Amino acid sequence: MTLAPGAEAPPFDLPGVDGRNHALSDYGDASALAIVWSCNHCPYVQAWEGRMRQIQADYADRGVRLVAINSNDAEHYPEDSFEAMRERATAEGFDFDYLHDADQAVATAYGPERTPEVFLFDRDRRLVYHGAIDDSRDDRSVQRHHLREALDAVLAGRSPEIGETPAVGCSVKWRT
Amino acid sequence: MAPVGRPDPLSGQAPEGCGYRVGDVKIELLYWEGCPSTAEARALVDEVLTTHGVEAEFDVREVRTDAEAEALGFPGSPTIRVDGRDVDPRGAANRPALNCRIYHLPGGRISPVPSRDSLEAALR
Repeated sequence: MTLAPGAEAPPFDLPGVDGRNHALSDYGDASALAIVWSCNHCPYVQAWEGRMRQIQADYADRGVRLVAINSNDAEHYPEDSFEAMRERATAEGFDFDYLHDADQAVATAYGPERTPEVFLFDRDRRLVYHGAIDDSRDDRSVQRHHLREALDAVLAGRSPEIGETPAVGCSVKWRT
Repeated sequence: MAPVGRPDPLSGQAPEGCGYRVGDVKIELLYWEGCPSTAEARALVDEVLTTHGVEAEFDVREVRTDAEAEALGFPGSPTIRVDGRDVDPRGAANRPALNCRIYHLPGGRISPVPSRDSLEAALR
């Protein structure tokens, strides 16, 4: 079941590609926390990855943190193994934390269906936006910058005009 | 004179300068339903065929299991083959799997569907 609007962020404590564990409480100072379900092997993720980096860069000085979590079954999809995650993060120069949810417990708590799929939490860690990063996988065709618009609203102390959009991407690869 | 892109009814040949295949062309679109790109891939094939007047047998086939993916050499969804040849040979030999296929477009962009250019090239 996917988190409902207004829901509190479920806790997590996951290994990151930087060799450290990252818990929800570690982001306590963040003015907003965007958790993006992601992975290595999906073309939709790869098409949006550059925009994820840019959003983290553009909003870092306002205290926003973007965190990517990969929950895919690495046994069936070895491209999504922790080692492959490390390699991709290094090769692509990720400026955001990239965490591995190997047992899928965190995915089960949040309920993502696609990659990429965003859960944006305000300072109180209440869900204020859920869905797509923007409205086109092709960065030349974007009309609505959903995540940026939601971040701007949250940082201004308002509720986002759009609280939910359908995420477009690969299915989360659940273990069977 | 035959319509642009259609074979001349007398000679059976494509109009001069067109260069697209005529007759007995078979296109296969293999897809996995866990990937949302099928409609876009299907529309791409339809549009290219219509634009260039290529008349082809167009089969759409769902790949449901890992075993089917293995048997079909299915490197991800969507996979488009013209007369059995993958329109994007670069990724054709990837590990068979039920996933979304990555296409590298000219200029470095990533896409979940092949480029129009690659499909057109396969039909020439």
